[in-house]
Amino acid sequence: MKLTGSQILFKALREEKVDTIFGYPGGSVIDLYDELFHQEGIKHYLVRHEQGAVHAADGYARATGKVGVCLVTSGPGATNTVTGIANAYADSIPIVILTGQVPTHMIGKDAFQEVDITGITRPCSKHNFLVRKIDDLGRTIREAFYIAHSGRPGPVLVDIPKDILQGTLEETELFMEIHLPPEPPKEPIDEACAAALTMIRTARKPVIFAGGGVLRGKAVSELMTFANCIHAPVTASLMGLGAFPGTHPRWLGMLGMHGTYYANMAVSHCDLLIAVGVRFDDRVTSKVAEFAPHAKIIHIDIDPVSINKIVKSHVSIISDCREALHRLLSMAGGEVLLSADQTREWLEQIEKWKKAVPLSYCRSAKIKPQYVIEKLYELTRGEAIITTEVGQNQMWAAQFYRFDHPDTFISSGGLGTMGFGLPAAIGAQVAFPDRLVVDIAGDGSIQMNIQELATAVHYNLPVKVVILNNGFLGMVRQWQEMFYGRRYSQTEMKQALDFVKLAEAFGAVGLRATKPEEVEEVLRKGLETPRAVMMDFHVEPEEQVYPMVSPGAGLTDMKLGNLRRDAD
Amino acid sequence: MSIEERTITILVKNEPGVLSRVAGVFSGRGYNIKTLCVAETTNPEISRITLTSNADADFTEKIKKQLDKLVDVVDVLDYTGERFLKREMMLIGLRITPDRYAELLQAVNTFGCRIIGMQPDYYIIETSGRRSENDAVFKYFQTFDVEMMNRTGSIALPRHPQKYSA
Repeated sequence: MKLTGSQILFKALREEKVDTIFGYPGGSVIDLYDELFHQEGIKHYLVRHEQGAVHAADGYARATGKVGVCLVTSGPGATNTVTGIANAYADSIPIVILTGQVPTHMIGKDAFQEVDITGITRPCSKHNFLVRKIDDLGRTIREAFYIAHSGRPGPVLVDIPKDILQGTLEETELFMEIHLPPEPPKEPIDEACAAALTMIRTARKPVIFAGGGVLRGKAVSELMTFANCIHAPVTASLMGLGAFPGTHPRWLGMLGMHGTYYANMAVSHCDLLIAVGVRFDDRVTSKVAEFAPHAKIIHIDIDPVSINKIVKSHVSIISDCREALHRLLSMAGGEVLLSADQTREWLEQIEKWKKAVPLSYCRSAKIKPQYVIEKLYELTRGEAIITTEVGQNQMWAAQFYRFDHPDTFISSGGLGTMGFGLPAAIGAQVAFPDRLVVDIAGDGSIQMNIQELATAVHYNLPVKVVILNNGFLGMVRQWQEMFYGRRYSQTEMKQALDFVKLAEAFGAVGLRATKPEEVEEVLRKGLETPRAVMMDFHVEPEEQVYPMVSPGAGLTDMKLGNLRRDAD
Repeated sequence: MSIEERTITILVKNEPGVLSRVAGVFSGRGYNIKTLCVAETTNPEISRITLTSNADADFTEKIKKQLDKLVDVVDVLDYTGERFLKREMMLIGLRITPDRYAELLQAVNTFGCRIIGMQPDYYIIETSGRRSENDAVFKYFQTFDVEMMNRTGSIALPRHPQKYSA
């Protein structure tokens, strides 16, 4: 029996257990969409812009740990995915992007809707393929999935010319076996683990710093066991939120530019920093020369490139986080490496820092954005999946919502992509139809992919959007206020835009609060409504995110606004 | 840190786009490729890229780690140093007048070059050797009327067999 290229592609997707695709049809993939029409067991979500498709696949992947899939046409369909690909690459998210391409004989002839998408995405994807023969198609799709989720995960693009989708192959000639060059051999980690254990035993002021690698590597329970075994406080990067419970007494909150006072102080004064699944982003380290200046550093990461790239470590364990923590624990053989007694003084010091400068804000007659998040946390009992846009909304979400569970905070960390939150929320909601999924947004960011509200309504996805509407591009405005003499160049978004009417126009529910006393009611009503809801909170326009480490300064050099409770 | 010339040889899958990926690692990390040679190995599925770059000491470690991440890269080997033999080839096209034929032939013999193209007033001379040797040869031939010159980058092999014989 002969199979068409389109049939081979779906066969390969089924082998990879794909049941969900986010996509947008077009000329180069029309045969594929025709085949999709006959396919059972694969649900396709028609987005409203290809960027929405790739972010939705990304949100789906982050929420489930599976590989997200998106399917778009050639040319503009493909280029519209580029931001989403770069976003997934920066945050190491496994997605496969299938792009149509003009027929093989037209490639390189500036055909209609032709772009060299493998060329364009080469520096911002983990890998990509241009399929040249129908014989290679099935195998290539399977290789793409393998590459996307193995090692340090990332986005993989497969570009498929139209004639290959239309072509046929005898089923007997179909080979789907993966054929990839061998990966570089893994270095043994026992020696490094032994060195790490020695270092841990002599430390008295340890801090564990968890990153996205703990979540991607499914090492959350190992991290907890390990943290208990050394009685250490735990901080995290933005990508690591949820790796350690946000309500745990030894939780320090987020580290870095908008990290908590006590996390930044703890890292700056610790004698041992155990960094697990992190790459030391500049938003975390700030001035590298002053980062953890008194600490020995143990760095665990799956990617050898991360080791000594920014911060020199004293011991490096190149490994999957789960395997590394597991090995450390098994080599310790059930021994408590650091007792509660041994870290007591240190934890008491941290408590002092926590009391001196807690995360807080001042009430006023206007709605405070932090208050909205606090209320949201309260009403959802911390059980929602939170996605965010980028900027102040994202930082407040990271600070004031406490994430107790892994994969419940979905945010664009490395690339900082405004417009990520809504389509990512759609992806997460598709994965978990019965869970509450909330996108915390700003009035600027939400407009970058607002069209996806139509997708949510189309598929009855009850995503909630909480807009912290301050009429500004808030984070840039904050920098302008602090460092550019309050010259608000092009950051004011005074607009006639009515988000309630906009939501209604999309067929969603729109709600608004303009006074603090309305916040709870609007949230309650919005969260209870089993439909897509957009809630517009008119918040204090010039509220700042504190603490803030000045760009280029050391982590202890924090602007605290009025957070400080008492001088210490 | 001291900047010096590093030689790296990279075994890659012989497929379109691979060179672009490798070059992208260099440009994306701010390194300049000084010379570059690419050819098939004895295994037609594998190509060997040999390149040189002026860089500091941790270059090889950094670049190797980045290159190892590329799916199409089979192996990355550092060929910097005395344990490796390196050669380049150079072609020199020069105009010549009959009164200098003898002088030219003597130089060709002395330097161990070959004449591979010959017209009454235009010769093409081939030479190969270490880069410094080629530099010296070229410097001498510049006393003639050099019309064109083209030289390859380094190719290299370890003096003693290593794990890859490709």
